[in-house]
Amino acid sequence: MDLSYAPEEEEFRARLREWLAEVLPTLPGKPSPDDWPGRRAYDLGWQRMLYDAGYAGVHWDASPTLRLIFLEETEKAGAPYVGANFVGLLHAGPTIAAEGTPGQRARWLPPILRGEQVWCQGFSEPDAGSDLASLRTRARRDGDDYVVTGSKIWTSHAEVADWCELLVRTDPAAPRHRGITWLAMPMDAEGVTVRPLRTLAGSPEFAEVFLDEVRVPVANRVGEENDGWRVTQVTLSFERGTAFVGEVVACRRVLRELARTAREDGRWGEPELRRRLGRLDAEFRALWRLTQWNVSEAEASGGVPGAGGSVFKLRYSHARQELYEAAAEVLGPDCLDLDRPWVLDRLSSLSYTIAAGTSQIQRTIVAERILGLPRGR
Amino acid sequence: MRFRLTDDQAALRAGVRELLERRFGRQALRAAVDAPGRLDRVLWRALGEAGFFALRLPERDGGVGLGLPEAVLVFEEAGRALLPGPLLATHLAAGTVPGAASGETVVAAVDGELVEWLDAADAVRGDASGAVALRSVDPLTPLHRVTAPPGAAAVPRGPIAVPPGPEAVPTGPVAAPPDAVSVPSGPVAVPPDPVAAPPDPVAVLLTAAEQLGTAGRVCELAVEHARARQQFGRPIGAFQAVQHLCADLLVRAETARAAVYAAAVTADPADIAAARLLADEAAVQGARDCLQVHGGMGFTWEADVHLHLKRAWVRARRGGGSAHGAELLAAALAG
Ligand SMILES: Cc1cc2nc3c(=O)[nH]c(=O)nc-3n(C[C@H](O)[C@H](O)[C@H](O)COP(=O)(O)OP(=O)(O)OC[C@H]3O[C@@H](n4cnc5c(N)ncnc54)[C@H](O)[C@@H]3O)c2cc1C
Repeated sequence: MDLSYAPEEEEFRARLREWLAEVLPTLPGKPSPDDWPGRRAYDLGWQRMLYDAGYAGVHWDASPTLRLIFLEETEKAGAPYVGANFVGLLHAGPTIAAEGTPGQRARWLPPILRGEQVWCQGFSEPDAGSDLASLRTRARRDGDDYVVTGSKIWTSHAEVADWCELLVRTDPAAPRHRGITWLAMPMDAEGVTVRPLRTLAGSPEFAEVFLDEVRVPVANRVGEENDGWRVTQVTLSFERGTAFVGEVVACRRVLRELARTAREDGRWGEPELRRRLGRLDAEFRALWRLTQWNVSEAEASGGVPGAGGSVFKLRYSHARQELYEAAAEVLGPDCLDLDRPWVLDRLSSLSYTIAAGTSQIQRTIVAERILGLPRGR
Repeated sequence: MRFRLTDDQAALRAGVRELLERRFGRQALRAAVDAPGRLDRVLWRALGEAGFFALRLPERDGGVGLGLPEAVLVFEEAGRALLPGPLLATHLAAGTVPGAASGETVVAAVDGELVEWLDAADAVRGDASGAVALRSVDPLTPLHRVTAPPGAAAVPRGPIAVPPGPEAVPTGPVAAPPDAVSVPSGPVAVPPDPVAAPPDPVAVLLTAAEQLGTAGRVCELAVEHARARQQFGRPIGAFQAVQHLCADLLVRAETARAAVYAAAVTADPADIAAARLLADEAAVQGARDCLQVHGGMGFTWEADVHLHLKRAWVRARRGGGSAHGAELLAAALAG
């Protein structure tokens, strides 16, 4: 068991730190959560800076350990989060890299890396959430095109996306997992209508996407026709395995800020509050170590995010909600004031046990795939 | 960064597991339950020979010369197997109390207001005078309560009392009868390790390791039972409510594992405090969930589940419980 980093890894860290110290002060101010064009420009601009400095592909081609260092250092320095680049960098990109043709990789990957295009994920439907394989958005073959009709929901960043990684049903007669196909759909295609949905935090983070006879070229299909479920599993394992690592660092920073606030407010004498924060610190220390353990496992197994991702996601999403519950206690009556720090974060954190597979679904995955319990119905 | 077991560490773990399965299998476990307070001296010496107590002593002092990560793996296995006896106190006394390292001397230690295995010990660290036996909740851990407030009694100074020689230890395959191991005048008092201000981080870490062993074992027991037990025409493990209990057992155990192993590597008191908090929760809540999965069987004396829960409770009280760790971490946060 070795927690120390190799010299070249420490060098990578030192160079990254230096670069961050140099560029972060030059960043423009953060746009407001309601300003979608502003957010898009800000997030893409940051990705472009990463590209110019040689860090753009760190999510794809760096070793798991270097990725970990990247996420740790950018978060510690307060650098922007992936934001609107999330799907491109962490879902669609890796899927195209793993399953796409050389032509598809050349067409779609460079604009993601250079911070030129935003992708969104059109998986969930009104009647297909946890039971994703029951999706009904229909794609009918017509010459060199698929003609797509149906609707998607909870599509994050749909309003500002150029592309959508879309799951469609190409064979309604086949068993449900075998009639699904993965398509890259341009969001400006005719027949695509985006209707923003306001989250409980007040801002329009996701949208409904209506598809009415949208023509998507067959050339935009990644993987074989009706093989989309397998292609999707690649994407989902990336999502669960690697998407939240840097946020553990962010949580530990919030915890220190909470302790400072509690002290400034003269609440540090309350043993219950103090120990609650102490226990949360234990929790995030452990989650950080679990991350390092998972990264070491991934490193040993050739970079594939393993089942450890579900274990991590379950614990992390719960812990992060607990963090903001503790924040509410520190804030006292101010926890009802949207202008106070952490109040919006507390609202956002409510989605962590739902998005990217609910906690119930994750537990079932752990029980059946890791513990090998018999499959339920 | 290679935060996984090395080949040597994996071999050590496998070796200890094999040793404990051979020397302290289910039959021996249940025999121990039926003879509370009796310590198997033969087994104790076998543990000594295997390096259980001398593990971290330098080789030049006759020890094995391994570090905390290895000690953690060994104590995890001990916890998993429900191995009885004052393992921690004796391990910590190796190199200080003669005979502790080899397993000749059984050492107990006053821990706050409690002492485990006082009557069976040849030597006790700390002042156990006036200690009163409890009717211990755990059939595998006899307990005494020290009535004087901790720290109030003067620590005995002077030369370390020589513990009984090997002649006090019965030889042969038969386990010692209780009177052969409890010295009539009470165990010999030895001063506590002067550098180990309570709670000693190493003691905290190794306690966490034992809890981790319990956490892993109760997860296995729950899963085994969930696969085997049939109700409504299917294994109960096919029911989601049961699946989710099992999943949470694993999540708690694996999160605790990462924390405990990392703390063994860094030896940082805050990391150790965190590991202890996670491991206590994983063991105590894990044992309770395991009991739930077992249904009525879980409520019996016959099933081993209660032994895990009770031992987890005993360990969770060490060092005065979890408040100290939470306070230590809080102080680090605010510092
Ligand atoms: C902030 C946010 C962003 C999102 N972004 C996207 C996106 O960009 N693209 C996209 O495609 N999707 C996105 N989603 C959708 C997300 O993946 C789904 O919300 C999620 O998979 C759950 O589906 P559902 O909402 O239909 O809930 P349901 O599946 O209806 O679940 C409702 C409840 O039933 C429980 N449940 C359902 N089935 C079972 C079962 N078999 N066993 C036990 N309990 C069960 C669930 O755990 C939950 O508690 C986003 C969601 C959120 C909250």
